[in-house]
Amino acid sequence: MRLERRERTPPLLLVAAPMAAIVTALVLCSLLIGLAGAPVLAAYATLFQEALGSRLGITETLTRATPLILTGLGAAVAFRARFWNIGLEGQFYLGAIAVAALGSADWGLPPALLVPLLLLAGALAGALFLLGPALLKLRLGVDEVVTTLLLNFVAILLVSLLIEGPMKDPLAFGWPQSVPVTEAGLLPQLLARTRLHLGFALALLAALAIAFLNARTVFGLSARAVGLGTPAARHAGIPVGRVLLLTAMLSGALAGLAGAVEVTGLKGYVTTDLSPGFGTAGVIVAMLASLNPLGVVPAAIFVAAVFVGADAMARAHGVPSFIADVIVATALLTMLVALFLTEYRVRR
Amino acid sequence: MTEFWDIVLAASFWAAALRLATPLIFGTLGALIGERSGVLNLGIEGIMTAGAMTGWLSVHLGAPLWLGIAVAAVAGGTIGLLHAALTVRLGLSQHVTGLGITLFSVSLSSYLYRLYVPASGSPPKITPFAPVHLPVLSDLPWLGPAFFQHTALTWLALLTVLLVAWLLWRTPLGLAIRMAGESPEACEAQGVSVFSLRTGAVVAGSALMAIGGAFLTTAAFDSFYFSMIQGRGWVCIALVVFASWQPGKALLGALLYGMFDAFQLRLQPLVPGVPYQLFLMMPYLLSIAALVLVSRRARVPQALMQPYRPGER
Amino acid sequence: MSPVLELTGITKRFGTLLANDGIDLTLGRGEVLALLGENGAGKTTLMSILFGHYVADAGTVRAFGQVLPPGDPKAAIAAGIGMVHQHFTLASNLSVLDNVTIGTEPLSAWRSRRGAARRRLVELAERFGLPVDPDRRVGELSVGERQRVEILKSLYRDARILILDEPTAVLTPQESERLFSTLRGMARQGLSLIFISHKLHEVVAHADRVAVLRGGRLVAERPAAGASRAELAELMVGRRVVHASRVPLEPGGSLLRLDGVRVEAGGRRLLDDIALDLREREVLGIVGVAGNGQDALSRLFAGTAPQPTGRIELLGRPVARLDHDALAEAGLAHIPEDRHHEGVVGDLRLYENAVLERIRDRRFSRLGLLRRQAALDHAAGLIRMFDIRGAEPTTRTRLLSGGNMQKLILGRNLVEQPRLIVASQPTRGLDEGAVAEIHRRLLEARGNGAGVLLISEDLDEIFRLADRVQVIFKGRLSAPLPIEAASEARLGLMMAGEDGDAPRAA
Repeated sequence: MRLERRERTPPLLLVAAPMAAIVTALVLCSLLIGLAGAPVLAAYATLFQEALGSRLGITETLTRATPLILTGLGAAVAFRARFWNIGLEGQFYLGAIAVAALGSADWGLPPALLVPLLLLAGALAGALFLLGPALLKLRLGVDEVVTTLLLNFVAILLVSLLIEGPMKDPLAFGWPQSVPVTEAGLLPQLLARTRLHLGFALALLAALAIAFLNARTVFGLSARAVGLGTPAARHAGIPVGRVLLLTAMLSGALAGLAGAVEVTGLKGYVTTDLSPGFGTAGVIVAMLASLNPLGVVPAAIFVAAVFVGADAMARAHGVPSFIADVIVATALLTMLVALFLTEYRVRR
Repeated sequence: MTEFWDIVLAASFWAAALRLATPLIFGTLGALIGERSGVLNLGIEGIMTAGAMTGWLSVHLGAPLWLGIAVAAVAGGTIGLLHAALTVRLGLSQHVTGLGITLFSVSLSSYLYRLYVPASGSPPKITPFAPVHLPVLSDLPWLGPAFFQHTALTWLALLTVLLVAWLLWRTPLGLAIRMAGESPEACEAQGVSVFSLRTGAVVAGSALMAIGGAFLTTAAFDSFYFSMIQGRGWVCIALVVFASWQPGKALLGALLYGMFDAFQLRLQPLVPGVPYQLFLMMPYLLSIAALVLVSRRARVPQALMQPYRPGER
Repeated sequence: MSPVLELTGITKRFGTLLANDGIDLTLGRGEVLALLGENGAGKTTLMSILFGHYVADAGTVRAFGQVLPPGDPKAAIAAGIGMVHQHFTLASNLSVLDNVTIGTEPLSAWRSRRGAARRRLVELAERFGLPVDPDRRVGELSVGERQRVEILKSLYRDARILILDEPTAVLTPQESERLFSTLRGMARQGLSLIFISHKLHEVVAHADRVAVLRGGRLVAERPAAGASRAELAELMVGRRVVHASRVPLEPGGSLLRLDGVRVEAGGRRLLDDIALDLREREVLGIVGVAGNGQDALSRLFAGTAPQPTGRIELLGRPVARLDHDALAEAGLAHIPEDRHHEGVVGDLRLYENAVLERIRDRRFSRLGLLRRQAALDHAAGLIRMFDIRGAEPTTRTRLLSGGNMQKLILGRNLVEQPRLIVASQPTRGLDEGAVAEIHRRLLEARGNGAGVLLISEDLDEIFRLADRVQVIFKGRLSAPLPIEAASEARLGLMMAGEDGDAPRAA
C-alpha cells in the first residue's frame, strides 16, 4: 500500500469526511454497546431520541453545545496557526471563576451593562491564563502543549482553593461552591421553560465573527500564513511573534468566554465539576470541523447531542454513560483519518 | 527549618520518593524511546490510565499479579500500535493524534471498568504487590526501610533504565532508533525501515507507559479510580525534555520529582495555614519550571514530530 | 562483456506527469556512465527507482543478472548498489562512524562492534583516498567531507555499483577535479559508476559513455570520447534556448554599501568584516561553496537575520537596522534561496502569496480588511505578465512547478520596480527554459537601473550575469574582481581559500 498526495480534493469529499467519520465511530462503538449486552440500534435510537427528538431535548442539546462552540472555536483558532493550546479546560475555569468573583458583588449596574462587562472579564481571564505559555513558547521555545496541559490541573486547584476559601458560598450547606452571580449579572433565557440562554446566540455570533476574521482580514491571512508556513510568513514581513501571541490570546479569550457564559447563562455559580471536559471536547469539536469556524457549530451540536443522549441510553439499556466519551473520542480519531483521505489517496 | 530535617531524615520519606518516582520512570522511558525515534506520544496519559485499569481488572478477575502487568503491557502496546499506525504510517499530526489517543483510552478504560465493576460505595480492592525482602539489605536499620523495601516493579523500573540506556548507546538497534529520530532519510537510504523502527519504538514505549500506570493500581494502591493518573503522563513528557532525551537523566528527573512530591505531601499537615491546593499545584509548576530551565540547551532529536513520507514530491 | 546493471522499460508516473517513459539502460564493469539531462528530465526519478526508493509502474532492474524486487532499498544495497544523494542523507548530530555503520549490523545483535567497524572504515578511507575522522560529528564537517562520508557509506557496504546524483553541484572546480580522479581510481579497481549531471564539460571530460535523458525519455547514448558539447546540449534541451546576453552598462550611484559588517548568532560568527558596494545598473555576483555564509548574507537583506554590527548604507543613507520595513521602504526585493520554504506558503492560494509581502499596502487592504478582488486582479496580472503557466489566481501555490513558482516570486517583486534586488540561488533546480527566463528578467531590471546582488554557487550563472564578482569563504568576502579578470580556475582557488586574493579566514 502506498499513499499519494492528491493534487485536488473534490469538494464533496470535504463534506463527506466528517459524516463518514461519525458513522464509522458509531459503528465501532456499537461493538462496545453490544459488549454491554444492549440492543445496538435501540440504544442509539434512545440516544438520539433523547437528544434531538423533542423540543426539550433539542434545547438541552443546544444549551450543552453553547460552551462547546466557544471552546471549539478557541481550539480551531489556535490550531490554525499551529499553536497547540490544549489548556482550554483551564482557561474555561479561569473565565468562570473571574465572572463568579466579580458577578457576586452588587455593582448597582443595569444588566445591559453588567453582563457584557462580566463576559469581557471572563474572556480576559482566559486569555491571561494563556499568556504565560504563549510567552514561554515565543521567547524560550518551551513547548506549549506540555505547559498548557499542566496548567489545566493548576487551574482546577486554583478554583478549588477559591471556592473552599475566600469565595465559598456560606449558604451552600458546606458544599464547595462559589457565591452565586447576582440577578443583574445573568444572561436572559432564549426560550421560556427551557434552559437555553442568550449564550447560544453569542456563540453563533462568535463563530461568524471568527469566520469573517479568518477569511477577510489581514490578521486572518497572516495567522493562516504563519500556521501553514512560518518561515515564508516571516520572510514576507509578517510579525510572526505578534500574530502568534494575538492568536493565542484570542484562543484563550474564547475558552474563557465559554466559562463565563456557562456561569452567567446556566449555573450561576462555580464548582469544580462545572465543566464535564468542555476544554478537551473543544479540541474534538475543532477537529471534527476541520478547523473551519462555521463547521464548529454543527460539530459542537453533535458532540453535545451524544452527551445529552448518553444518560438516557444508560438508564434505558444499562450501557455505562462513559459511552459518550468513547464515541466522541473515537470520532476524533476517525475524523483524523478521514481528513487524511481528503488529502491523500491510497494506491496499490 | 526543623520541619525540613524532620521530613528528610525520616526513612519513610526516601521510600515514598522512590515509590512516587516509579511510575514516572516507566512513563518517561516509554516516552523517551518513542521520541528518540522521532515520535511524540501524547497518548501517554491515556495509555497509563489503560495500564492502570487493565492491570488492576485482570488481577481483580483472578489473574496473578504478574499476568496483570503483562496484560497492561499488551494493552498499552496495542494502543501504541494505533498511535503508530496514525502518526507513522499515515503521518498525521502527532499532537492531535496523541491527544485523541489519550481521550480514547481514558474513556474506553472508564467504560470497561464500569462495565465490569458496577458503581457501588467504595471501589473493590485487590491484594497488591508486596515489598521484596532482600537478605541483609532490607533489614538494615534506617537504610532498609528507606531504600530496600520496594516492590519488584520498582526494581524493574531501575533495571529498565539500564536496559534502555544500553539499547540506545550500545546496540545496532539503538543506533537505528536514534538515526530514525535524527534523519529518517539517512536511515531509509541505508536500507533500514523507518516505519518499522518508529512503530516498534512507539509500541515498546507504550507498553512501558502502561506498566507505569499498572504500578499505581497493583503496587502503590490496591484499587482503580477514575482520573487517577492526574497528569503524571504530561509530567513524563516534560521530564523527557528535562532529561535531554537521556535515560540516566530521566531517572534523575523522576527521582527529583518523587522527592519533591514526597516532601510537599509531608509538609502539608505541618503548615496548617496554607491551603492544601497550593501544595498540590507545586509539582505541576515545578515541571513547567524544569522545562524553562532546560529550554536554552535542549538538544531535540532533529526529526521529532516530522512524519516520514517516502516518495513524496 | 555482460553488463553489471540492466534497466529495461522503466516507466513511472506522478499524477499526470510521466517522469520516466520506457527507459532502457545498461552499465558495464569498471565503466563510468554519465546520465545527462536538465532538471526535471527524470534522472533522479530513474535513479530512485533503481535504488528502490520509488516503485516503477513498469519495467525491471537487473543487477549482476538478478532481478531486483521493486521498492526495496535493502535489496538494492544487498545487490551491491550504493547511492550518493545530491542532498546528503546524513544525520548531522551523529558521528561519521554512526552514519556509516547504521544498518550494517543485524538489528537483533545485543551490542555494536564499534572497534572492528572503525578499523574497516579507516582502511577503506585510505584505500580509496577519502580521508575522514570517524569520530567527528557530521554537523562539523565541510561539504566536501560530507560527500566523502556519503561515498564511504556505500563502499563500507561493498557497493560494486555507485550512483552519484549531481556530485559536483556543491564543490569548487578543483574539488570536482579531485573527486573525478578518485572516481576514476575506483573504476580502475573494478567499480562501476553512474554520475548524474547537467554540466556538459564534466560529462565529456570524465565519463566513458553518456546517456541523455529528456522529458522522461532516453534520447541518446554515445561514447563520451569525441562527443560534441554542442550536440549534447541540443539533445539535452531539445530546443534552442536563447540566453539573454549582458551588455556592458555604465554603473550609477551606490545603492547599498556595507563596511565592516559582522553577524553573530549563538556565539558563532556567521559574517565577518563584510565590505561590498552595489551600484545602479550592475550585477554584483557573490560566489562560494555552500555553507560559507551565503545564507547569513542573504538573510541580512530579508530582515530575518540577527542584527549586524558595522556600517550599512542604503541609497546613500546610513541605516541602523535592516528590518523588513526599512528594506521595503528602500525598494529592496529579496528572492530567497529556498523557494518552497521561504518564498511562498505552499498551501495558500496563488493570489494570497502574490500579495502576502505587501498585505498592509493600501492596494490590498484597508483598515485591516482584505481587498480580495484587488488581490485576485493583481495575481491575474502577474500570471499574464510573467508567463506563469498552469495556474489561476486561486490555484494552490504548492501545485506550481519550480520554474513557475520562481516566476511568481520574482514577478511579484519586479512588478514593484525595485531599485535593489538580492537574489539567492535564483535558478537552482530549474530547467533551462526557466533559467533563461529568470536571467532575462534580472538583466532587464539591471537595464532599468536596478542593482542586483546575485548570490550563487553556480559559476556558469555568475559568468553569464555578473559585472563584478566577490568570493565568499568562511564568512568573509574577497575584494571585488571585474568579471573579465576572473577565470573559473582562479575563482575556484579563491572559493577554497587557496589564493592570495581569497578572503582571509576568520
